[in-house]
Amino acid sequence: MASLKELKDRIGSVKSTQKITKAKQMVAAAKLRKAQAAAEEARPYAERLSAVMAALASKVSGDDAPKLLAGTGSDKRHLLVVVNTDKGLCGGLNSNLVRAAGAKARELTAAGKDVEFYLVGKKGRAPLKRAFPNQIGHHFDTSEVRTPGFEEAASIADELVELYDAGKFDIAHLVYPTFKSALAQDPTIDQIIPVPSPTTAEDSDAVVEYEPGEEEILEELLPRYVKTQIFGALLEIMASEQGASMTAMDNATRNAGDLINKLTVQYNRSRQAAITTELIEIIAGAEAL
Amino acid sequence: MALHFELVTPAKLVRSEDVHMVVVPGAEGEFGVLEGHAPFMSTIRDGAVQVFKTEGAAPETIEVRGGFAEVGDNGLTVLAEHVEA
Repeated sequence: MASLKELKDRIGSVKSTQKITKAKQMVAAAKLRKAQAAAEEARPYAERLSAVMAALASKVSGDDAPKLLAGTGSDKRHLLVVVNTDKGLCGGLNSNLVRAAGAKARELTAAGKDVEFYLVGKKGRAPLKRAFPNQIGHHFDTSEVRTPGFEEAASIADELVELYDAGKFDIAHLVYPTFKSALAQDPTIDQIIPVPSPTTAEDSDAVVEYEPGEEEILEELLPRYVKTQIFGALLEIMASEQGASMTAMDNATRNAGDLINKLTVQYNRSRQAAITTELIEIIAGAEAL
Repeated sequence: MALHFELVTPAKLVRSEDVHMVVVPGAEGEFGVLEGHAPFMSTIRDGAVQVFKTEGAAPETIEVRGGFAEVGDNGLTVLAEHVEA
């Protein structure tokens, strides 16, 4: 049986933990609103870009299509771009992502493909390195900037396109969470390179004039499209991180509250027991006289 | 009738308004877009987009970097990577 003093200290420490989790929860809630707004603001650009892409890709096809659209003609080497958070305290978000990436990697390996990883964010590094020690290629650090934005997305995309042009891989997949709600963030795997041909090729009757040419525009457009995809993933991870963090911290705060109640009851009981024992001793002493 | 002009960056929708004319710095030269322009698409070079609110009014210039412009049935859309505030 723990002594009164020990119990009191324990209650105090749980209380201060609860204060931290509560503060973190409120910070996450505030940041979540901002992250969601940012994701909202980015939507028009992505929508218009894919509309333009669809219109162009249906026109330029066959042999003269750029490599980023047509692929290298092989599907042997796969690159998994895994986007994780930099900070913890966000529940199972990162482990879910790592698990999804690992499952995909095993599936590809079983099919006889080579798999390499390209990691964004700190938290996925250790577990993936443990599971696939020889397949970790590059790592992009986003921990130095407060909110990863388009610039970071652009440099990731540039690096990927460079690797692709150098023939380091044939197909790249992007692994990131899709923010559904504060409770659910599902890991999603999308192919980003070669750019998947848009399925909704709408035929417009209008004859569009292109300057310089269709192919040149498409060539400029494709890297931009990859950038936008990665930017979208960065926005999703930010919203997901805050959402998951909010939920996890809410649970932690509640658990701490339960623990405090339990410990308080225990504390009061032992205090009462101690008083009772003392009284019995005094009474017994008085009777003996 | 006025030209519907939209300027979009990855971070947000910068402009969405009806204007008289917009002069865009295309990769192969500047071009002005009025209402009823034929469908057209061009990459843009770094430079200033000039927005004329009304005919003869002084233009408002917006510096843009990287991207392209599209003229369609629903007006002019400039997708720029970066906009100088």
